[in-house]
Amino acid sequence: MKTILKGLTALGLGLTLFSNMSFAQEAHVTAEPTHFPMIKPAELDWSFAGPFGTYDKGQLQRGLKVYTEVCAACHSMGLVAFRDLEGLGYSEAQVKAFAANYEVEDGPNADGEMFTRTAVPSDYFPSPFPNEEAAAAANNGAAPPDFSLIAKARSVERGFPTFVFDIFTQYAEGGPDYIHALLTGYDQEPPAGMEVPEGTYYNPYFIAGKSLSMAAPISEGQVTYDDGSPETVDQYAKDVSAFLMWAAEPKLEARKATGFRVMIFLLLFGSLVYLTKRKVWSSVEH
Amino acid sequence: MSGHSSYTPKSGLGKWIDARMPLPRLMYDSFVAYPVPRNLNYAYAFGGILSIMLVAQILTGVVLAMHYAADTGLAFNSVEKIMRDVNSGWLLRYMHANGASFFFIAVYIHIFRGLYYGSYKAPRELLWILGVLIYFLMMATGFMGYVLPWGQMSFWGATVITGFFTAIPLVGEWIQTFLLGGFAVDNPTLNRFFSLHYLLPFMIAGVVVLHVWALHVTGQTNPTGIEVKSKTDTLAFTPYATMKDAFAMVVFIAVLAYFIFYIPNYLGHPDNYTIANPLKTPAHIVPEWYYLPFYAILRAITFSIGPIDSKLGGVIAMFGSILILFVVPWLDTSKVRSAVYRPWYKLFFWLFVIDAIFLGWLGSRPAEGTYVAMAQVATAYYFAFFIIIMPILGLIETPKRLPNSITEAVLEKNKGGASVQPAGSAASPETKG
Repeated sequence: MKTILKGLTALGLGLTLFSNMSFAQEAHVTAEPTHFPMIKPAELDWSFAGPFGTYDKGQLQRGLKVYTEVCAACHSMGLVAFRDLEGLGYSEAQVKAFAANYEVEDGPNADGEMFTRTAVPSDYFPSPFPNEEAAAAANNGAAPPDFSLIAKARSVERGFPTFVFDIFTQYAEGGPDYIHALLTGYDQEPPAGMEVPEGTYYNPYFIAGKSLSMAAPISEGQVTYDDGSPETVDQYAKDVSAFLMWAAEPKLEARKATGFRVMIFLLLFGSLVYLTKRKVWSSVEH
Repeated sequence: MSGHSSYTPKSGLGKWIDARMPLPRLMYDSFVAYPVPRNLNYAYAFGGILSIMLVAQILTGVVLAMHYAADTGLAFNSVEKIMRDVNSGWLLRYMHANGASFFFIAVYIHIFRGLYYGSYKAPRELLWILGVLIYFLMMATGFMGYVLPWGQMSFWGATVITGFFTAIPLVGEWIQTFLLGGFAVDNPTLNRFFSLHYLLPFMIAGVVVLHVWALHVTGQTNPTGIEVKSKTDTLAFTPYATMKDAFAMVVFIAVLAYFIFYIPNYLGHPDNYTIANPLKTPAHIVPEWYYLPFYAILRAITFSIGPIDSKLGGVIAMFGSILILFVVPWLDTSKVRSAVYRPWYKLFFWLFVIDAIFLGWLGSRPAEGTYVAMAQVATAYYFAFFIIIMPILGLIETPKRLPNSITEAVLEKNKGGASVQPAGSAASPETKG
């Protein structure tokens, strides 16, 4: 065992040195970048990070407001049902009232006709476009992605050795960090000499290129908060990122709470098993 | 070690069953009285860990299959339904997905342990070959399982990997079409992958039975590599190995639980949370982490050798890198089993471990620039370890002095303070009291 540990330590050291050599040249913004994003997102403090993380319900409600008033104009969220919004701290009646703001298509009725009706909690967030082709046609050829899983579907590669440390720091917030960085990254100017294709908007945080088809989607003061939170782009971005994390991983709190109990159990059980093992082996040289 | 059975049924029912179908006797002889070398370390616990992982994967998988829909139009959303609406569905799915990764972590440690202690050497060649066969089936199962969520990486991974078969001359295209059930990855592919993903684990379980059978015929190796010679060399499986394995299992499960509950998506790829889109290729297509070393070997062959073009060469190298494991018992010419007594082999072994991990990292990099050259060097060492180092080293290396028996090795290690084993004490606990 000692040999194995020694070997692993040597290996770790070797790899760390190696990485320091080859990755010393960190990404900086150049006129002709080849790797994206040009700037890695900053790591923010999220209430749902870490082993005891929980969602900040006030933040999720603000995020929902940003989503419905701004993002929902183009982005669907088809896997989230209105009933799920109880997870944001709303009562059943509030959810019912919220759902009633939407019209959904239903049918066919007894006459074989499709009809629209007021949404109920068991309905899902309707899409702003009838189909993906319509979404693309209305958006310069690039269909806005669905938001149900976006916070888990986007994450900037961490690189070596950060990805090793991430195991121990439990870093799992690459999605919200990225979304926040993207939403707040529009105010930057492209470096001299860079050509930004027409109809696209420069953003050094964009994961797949130097610019994207979406213009800066939100500006200061655009959404009114009633809890006194600052109505800044930064705050909007944080709130909607947290909300999208919830949309992608609604069972996060249950997961972490269960995890804590499981770990405590395994610790106690493991200790007992270890003591038993030691007792059994104490009379034998091995 | 299939010696004389020491099982004596105590109850009337026990005797009745034993005279008709002695399953309790088989279990007793295999998992209670079965003698194991007394000097086994924790590296030997992974066989047991792998068997509980297989059971855990089958159990979670069977329940997931009750909620999963193998149809390109439904698969992605049915998985999300499991994550959102099925009771504890998120737990089942994260257990299954991370369990697959940890299954591979365990099997890699198990294989490396075998390579380190020379577990494949006579008379355990068949035991080793059955193990490699299990690993091969695991790779197929894992690959097909990754396709089922029908995310972007599922689709494109399947497209790339089944594309390997087109490299085979003359019949390649036909084989690929046959595997996919069409000209591209589509609904027939998903359906047959689901069917096979359900079937293969049971085939693995079957080969595991053969693997354990072969193990129980030859007995386990041990860190000294010396065969068991006398009763003082061994201990009864229960309680000694059982308790040690149980502790190792709890530790292993604790690490797995850490991943499941705190970083469940760490080992996955974000792109697999986007539904498969045949019209949109991801920037970098990467397989699951446990295939990355082989993926690096595949892409390291960028040159043609005579009539073999680089594509076919890469596929040959990739399959060869796994198939070569089958002949390891005959490549190693050393008379000494364990690396403990082989200073040079030990060095080359650890270099091989580093090489394999390095290849894994290279597999996750784009195949361009210096990465290709590094992958070529690492691939060269991978094959050289088996084809050149193993045969030659066995002939020229001077091993260290071997102890005469396992007992002697143990007593030597614990010298000072330890008295010589009193006869008939714990060394044969099954006869005690």
